[in-house]
Amino acid sequence: MSSNLRTICTLCGAGKSTTFFDFDWKSQRWNLVVVFGALVGGFFGAHYLSTDTAVVLNSDVVNQLQGLGIHDAGKSYMPERFFENIVWTDWKSLSLLVVGGFMVGFGARYAGGCTSGHAISGLSNLQLPSLIAVIGFFIGGLLMNHFILPYLL
Amino acid sequence: MRTLLYFIIGIVFGITMFKSEAASWFRIYEMFQFNSFHMYGIIGSALVFGVLITQAIKKFKIKSFHGDTIEIADKEKGIKRYLYGGIVFGLGWALAGACPGPIFTLIGAGYAPILVVLVSATLGTFVYGRIKDKLPH
Repeated sequence: MSSNLRTICTLCGAGKSTTFFDFDWKSQRWNLVVVFGALVGGFFGAHYLSTDTAVVLNSDVVNQLQGLGIHDAGKSYMPERFFENIVWTDWKSLSLLVVGGFMVGFGARYAGGCTSGHAISGLSNLQLPSLIAVIGFFIGGLLMNHFILPYLL
Repeated sequence: MRTLLYFIIGIVFGITMFKSEAASWFRIYEMFQFNSFHMYGIIGSALVFGVLITQAIKKFKIKSFHGDTIEIADKEKGIKRYLYGGIVFGLGWALAGACPGPIFTLIGAGYAPILVVLVSATLGTFVYGRIKDKLPH
């Protein structure tokens, strides 16, 4: 999934300045088609295959998030504060999305894959590097979730 | 024909990501709190089938739908890039609450602000490409 981000860089012309992006994007066309399908699937899932999209979370998590100011925990699919239009006028939430996205893109390419490439495909192929990457995902995720995010929300 | 198949696989993946709630920021938060089996059930069941199918493909030399040999390349050996890259990815995953696949699913689902995450993730990929030779791998 994350290698599509590299292909998008190439499509934007990054191959002219950087050898990492200088490859034949057509060899990755199949992957772009899959990811476009993932987008269309999200549209169908949200608009035609769901009545109530509220995520029923563990009640401790709901209480904890409400204490941190995420008041729609347990009542919606995504936190309004980050993923509804309110974000466009909230520079703090917006900058957290930018920083989070940047690390997702940077880290996925640095590690050579994301959840799909390492945690699912790589581990399925019994690859030690993928196990190391998944351990890294959890070190980073737990650090953010337990020690950084509470101060950012 | 192949393109159509890839498209259908993508749609099934997207519906699965949305309906399983793996695309929900809340589920990712809950996963890192170890307060629910939900995400571990999704990844774990994908992994059980993944291991069985991948090993079967290799052992029985199963050919693809189009009659081609399926070759699954091993990952390059190493520790640093996987550990350091993994940690950076994990930090972003727990903050933005979306990994690359669900980013696209959430765009389709209509959450416009996820476009910010897509643009910055693409930028992060670009910056990695620019400075990769200076990083430990």
